[in-house]
Amino acid sequence: MQEYVALLSKYFIAICMAVYTLESFLVFRFKQEEARRGIYLRQTILIFFIQFAAFMTLVIKSGDLQYLLFYGIVQLMLFGIIMITDMIYPRANRLLVNHICLLLGIGFIILCRLSYQRALKQFVIVILSMIIAMFIPSLIEKWRFLKGFKWVYAVAGIAGLSAVLIYGQLANGANISFSILGITFQPSEFVKIIFVFYVAASLYESTSFFNIAFTTIFAALHVIILVVSKDLGSALIFFIAYLFMVFVATKNYLYLLLGIGGGIGSAVVAYHYFKHVQVRVQAWLDPWTYIDNQGYQVTQSLFGVGSGSWFGMGLMSGNPDTIPYVEMDSIFSAICEEMGVIFGIMLILICISCFIMMMNMALLIKDNFYRYISYGLGVIYIFQVFLTIGGSIKFIPLTGVTLPLVSYGGSSVMSTLIMFYIVQGLYLIRQKEERYGRRKKRRPNREQRYRREAETETIPPEDDLVFLDGETE
Amino acid sequence: MITTYLVVATFLGMVVYLCYFVATSEQEVLNNSFNSRQEILIAQNYRGDILSDKGDKLATTTLDSEQNETRVYPYGEIFSHVVGFSTHGRTGVEAASNYYLITSSAPITDKVVNDVAGNKNPGDDVYTTLNTHVQETAYKALGVYDGAIIVTEPSTGKIIAMVSKPGFDPNTIDADWDSLTKDKSSGKLLNRATQGLYPPGSTFKIVTALEYIKENPDTYNNYSFQCNGRFTLGDSKIQCYHGSNHGYVDFKSSFAKSCNSSFANIGTKLNKVEFRKTLDELLFDKELPVKFVYGTSSVHMEENLSDEEIIQTSIGQGKTQITPLHLNMITCAIANNGTLMKPYVVDCVTNSNNSIVKQFKSSSYGKLMTPDEAATLQDMMKSVVTSGTATFLKNADYTSAGKTGSAEYNSKGDSHAWFTGFAPADNPKVCVTIIVEGAGSGGDYAVPMAKRLFDAYFEEYPINEE
Repeated sequence: MQEYVALLSKYFIAICMAVYTLESFLVFRFKQEEARRGIYLRQTILIFFIQFAAFMTLVIKSGDLQYLLFYGIVQLMLFGIIMITDMIYPRANRLLVNHICLLLGIGFIILCRLSYQRALKQFVIVILSMIIAMFIPSLIEKWRFLKGFKWVYAVAGIAGLSAVLIYGQLANGANISFSILGITFQPSEFVKIIFVFYVAASLYESTSFFNIAFTTIFAALHVIILVVSKDLGSALIFFIAYLFMVFVATKNYLYLLLGIGGGIGSAVVAYHYFKHVQVRVQAWLDPWTYIDNQGYQVTQSLFGVGSGSWFGMGLMSGNPDTIPYVEMDSIFSAICEEMGVIFGIMLILICISCFIMMMNMALLIKDNFYRYISYGLGVIYIFQVFLTIGGSIKFIPLTGVTLPLVSYGGSSVMSTLIMFYIVQGLYLIRQKEERYGRRKKRRPNREQRYRREAETETIPPEDDLVFLDGETE
Repeated sequence: MITTYLVVATFLGMVVYLCYFVATSEQEVLNNSFNSRQEILIAQNYRGDILSDKGDKLATTTLDSEQNETRVYPYGEIFSHVVGFSTHGRTGVEAASNYYLITSSAPITDKVVNDVAGNKNPGDDVYTTLNTHVQETAYKALGVYDGAIIVTEPSTGKIIAMVSKPGFDPNTIDADWDSLTKDKSSGKLLNRATQGLYPPGSTFKIVTALEYIKENPDTYNNYSFQCNGRFTLGDSKIQCYHGSNHGYVDFKSSFAKSCNSSFANIGTKLNKVEFRKTLDELLFDKELPVKFVYGTSSVHMEENLSDEEIIQTSIGQGKTQITPLHLNMITCAIANNGTLMKPYVVDCVTNSNNSIVKQFKSSSYGKLMTPDEAATLQDMMKSVVTSGTATFLKNADYTSAGKTGSAEYNSKGDSHAWFTGFAPADNPKVCVTIIVEGAGSGGDYAVPMAKRLFDAYFEEYPINEE
């Protein structure tokens, strides 16, 4: 019977995931939030279906009842996230909440299968993070003075990164974390957010050449500290985020081209001067030749994806434990191996859906500071997804970053939840802007008139998120 | 927004790449010995059968009451190298098709029944292109000699038979393992057909002739030479086989009679740089388009090659080494009007209900020579049978063509007997390449074996009378 149940649940999970993904794009057809309620509810049900089928497979395949216990607490938590967000912030974006729950849920399924201990640890951190995150939207909404703290962000960011560099412990040739009271922190995960705030605040002040040059110096300092710490993955993420934020603020392709040119130049320099960059590139170009050393992680990761094929080997039926750092860098391969590549592709689409949402926010929000933040966080999020998934399937060299919300890693999941709830806060601000805008329609103040001219009639009514709609200004 | 489009396009590329990877590399990934996931499949399924083209079991698995597997090879030593073994590492078809053999595509209902009963599922069966009758004939034909035989279909690349001697009994590989690996001199585990590197001897005159034709496309028929049994150039000199004196020969009869002196003379007239290009096209010192283990043939040929070396190389002696497989591929390309079909040995994979899971198709590697060049060589190889060193084949029910060789491997003049050729001569269906170690001349020892193999092939696959 085991075989039947495992096989049925495998296909059931894939179908649920496909329907969920489809609905998360179909939702954009409706302009009114009211009309979307039905879809949101169906999605929530699908999340719980996936959880149920997956954990039942784990219990049946392993015969271990501790999974049942874990299943219980995870469901309670996901339910709690949805209910509490809805209670505190009735105007919050439900699609984003659903995505958070789905991604966290998938993460717990695969982590639980890989290491029960780590899944438990992750669970505690997620609870903590959610408690913090629940305050964030209202703080973002109320603390309008945040845009004036440019220097605080710059100093905090550089101090945070330098602290790691100085006190950091050696981990995989990269000084990226340090421990306080036995808890390991990876500050770059949090500095990412502060960095976005810094760049947004600075560009909000002015987009003059002088200010951009000045901001670039500080941004470059962040990146250089990360490079010296050998955290090249994060350095790349900071760099890309900065590049695109400057581009969106100035609309100047020259900055983008300059940045890309500089990026390629630095990459070439890094390749020549850093041994571990050469190793990673070599392992990417030809992992099969170096299968027993440099290429080991990539090839084991590819074995996982290839063995899983379209529908996966089924939970508990694969062998993802052979992939080094599978819970962090290569969680995507473990997911493909046991739940299938189709499931993996759906996962990618959902990450893109999260990104599109943040981009739409950036498109519609009128206050430039919040617009840049939304944009910056979106770029950081999607670029990190790209690095980790691309790395584990050999599309690009492995950089060793985590898949947000899915991978094991306390700092990563906490900072991503904070990021997503900042976006929820921006969503509240945007709705307020609209109500405010309508009330004052007859008597627009100078700032709003200026913006109205720029955006003309593209402001939609009560809705949000117009899927891939319109040009920026 | 441009960023959104950029990102969506990039991810789209990534998804397409992922799909491509999954669609193309599944079995290669699972077949890799670094992939520990094989163990999962081995624990779930018992190893499938390896079958001949007509369904004879070449390797099968028996299960005892406790589901312990024993691998049985009904033909013992006859298929030892080509089918291979699956303990102590894997070789042959056992290695190449490992993924299929340990994967079960049995219907889910069967799997559930096995699951409930606590039994393993049957692994998929692999049908090869090998024919038992031809293989047995080849095995017997070699008799007490060491050597190798390959029989292939030039139009498809199917390998019909592949024998290497001395062999081993795969049924007792576990017990014999220590003595097999300690005994370095006999090399019983080596598949001489694919890995054995031999001096090609006069069979290499096919290559020398091709180069001469290429350099003199309109005038090669005007070539003539007066053979007095030896050829001298400076301090270097060579003799015809056993000092025979061939008298007046033209291009074709030089080839048919395998006149060393004449071919040494031809060799001195060749452009060495062009010769190197031709050798490259024929895959010397190159990777072969096959999916099993093989040796790499080598020829020493460069612009400032000495006279001594050029005349030795032209007649297939000197530093030149070739595998029987490679010579067979060149012969197949000639027989198939210049186009080489990739040799393969696995035809299809079926599940326990005998329905096909995967069908392999023959595929072309490309042209090794032009159809005109191939036609000229075919014609010359026919003359070897009608009026040259392989006249033993003249009185068969079918026509045939080929080239003999007697490759000297020591200073005493002992030689390996070679034959490579095809039949029927005008519509080639089958290619045979034979090497008999230390037997003597190709015409005396290898050609009679070729006749037995052609006979066996046509008994199994009669030529349609149309």
